[in-house]
Amino acid sequence: MSLTSRDVEKIAHLARLGITDPEKPVYAASLSKIVEFVDQLARADTGAVAPMAHPLAGQTQRLRADAVTETDCHERCQRDAPAVQAGLYLVPKVIE
Amino acid sequence: MSLHDRSIAELAGSLARGEFSSVELTRHFLARIDSLNPALNALITVTADRALADAAVADQRRVAGESGPLLGIPLIHKDIFCTDGVRTSCGSRMLDNFVAPYDATVVGRLKSAGAVMLGKANMDEFAMGSSNETSFYGPVHNPWELDKVPGGSSGGSAAAVAARLAPLATGTDTGGSIRQPAALTGVTGIKPTYGRVSRYGMIAFASSLDQAGIFARTAADAAPVLAAIAGFDPRDSTCVDAPVPDYVQGLAAPLTGLRIGLVKEFLDGLEPRNGALIGAALDVFRELGAVTTTVSLPNLPLSVPTYYVVAPAECSSNLSRFDGVRFGYRCANPRDITDLYERSRGEGFGAEVKRRIMTGTYVLSAGYFDAYYLKAQKVRQLITDEFRAAFERVDLLLGPTTPTPAFAIGAKIDDPVTMYLNDIYTIGANLAGLPAVSAPCGFIDGLPMGVQLIGPHFAEGRLLNAVHRYQLATDWHRHAAPGCA
Repeated sequence: MSLTSRDVEKIAHLARLGITDPEKPVYAASLSKIVEFVDQLARADTGAVAPMAHPLAGQTQRLRADAVTETDCHERCQRDAPAVQAGLYLVPKVIE
Repeated sequence: MSLHDRSIAELAGSLARGEFSSVELTRHFLARIDSLNPALNALITVTADRALADAAVADQRRVAGESGPLLGIPLIHKDIFCTDGVRTSCGSRMLDNFVAPYDATVVGRLKSAGAVMLGKANMDEFAMGSSNETSFYGPVHNPWELDKVPGGSSGGSAAAVAARLAPLATGTDTGGSIRQPAALTGVTGIKPTYGRVSRYGMIAFASSLDQAGIFARTAADAAPVLAAIAGFDPRDSTCVDAPVPDYVQGLAAPLTGLRIGLVKEFLDGLEPRNGALIGAALDVFRELGAVTTTVSLPNLPLSVPTYYVVAPAECSSNLSRFDGVRFGYRCANPRDITDLYERSRGEGFGAEVKRRIMTGTYVLSAGYFDAYYLKAQKVRQLITDEFRAAFERVDLLLGPTTPTPAFAIGAKIDDPVTMYLNDIYTIGANLAGLPAVSAPCGFIDGLPMGVQLIGPHFAEGRLLNAVHRYQLATDWHRHAAPGCA
């Protein structure tokens, strides 16, 4: 299946990726090649096979005690943040 | 013998006997980095001051009575592992300014063992690539021929060990990113079982496939490093709580009666000179007492398309955390919050990363999820079942690591599917979560090639043992790249 520049625009928006106009046909071409390549999966006979949930059979998601284990490290974590004020991350105004 | 040609055991022995200090050893490797790295571009960051300080600490620990196989031994970390207080870029403009606020478990454990970090290795951006050409910091050059790629994504780690800039380097392997560059640079690389080594602090690409591992010149050098990093970590919910065997102790076991299966699907269409090298490796294992047979995994040829659904899907989810808000790159003068997200991500990520995010977004989107993602996870189960059945008949599987030797920089970068097919022999082990190793097995046109061994879950010890016996019987791992002896 072939993807168009319009499709790329839609996918890029879903992924919140800024793509320039000249890039669109380039991505459309390479994504089409990739989709065509993975389309060969359709010919695999997967009948009653259940989709794989974990690479190691029988492993389940482990739970831990609901206890505080981390100390407050917001100053260290905000050291390299693009814009911080009074311990808060700054972004452009969201609600007009 | 030069310091940089010695094995880890020899270096550890010399350090223990006081023949030289860790500071002197560290200076030796830092000097090699100074002289050889400009042509290779294997390191993104050299942490010389910190390395010398850590080496001095290792020397003090030794004076205080400590010992250990890695105490005072220098190494290089792939720049995907978070290192407290040191830039951790993941090969991306997105994280060019990111100084990690904590150590990855792999980094912390090696630090506790006394290993000395020399710097951070170059890599494909976010580990997405098979040639190390997608790095924001430029391609890594293969020490064997500088106009060739070193493989990827852990290309800097592989090139660094091949050029003897360090005796050891860490790497990660999501679809072959340790084994493929190990093969193309003539070193030994092991990817452990999924969950054997903690992924905490290892920047995520595809979480059901990612696994940390090691580059070394030999299996004997890799064994104590794997022993140091393997084992349960409560900070990684997929890290398996299982005992870690003594990999060093297990190296010497004879291979008598070891059942090795040659993978039929790996041989179909294999380039004849590559096939001859694999045949010769198999002969060596037979002489060492192994019994060989051929096994078939009919769905294995579907591993690359399966991977290129599963891995991009997981990457599109994992990389959504890079939003220009909390850390990493932010675009200048965003108009509004959507513009902030879109331009920060559009400008911060390179072309291949964007392609993978979009591929993943597409296969997960409404109307395509069943046809692609669900289908791929079913095929992945089929492939995993075929491996399991094979391991009821044999102890290890054997095949090539790569289809060709290292190719020219620029040769495949414009065609993603051609590039993806470099990993045709390595991806199966990732899909099934299996441990696998690549070891040098000869040359084609003067460039190194690797033989790959794949084992059942948690058979790292058996893999290291088999490669160690092979390396006692061969000398492919002793060849040094020109100018790097």
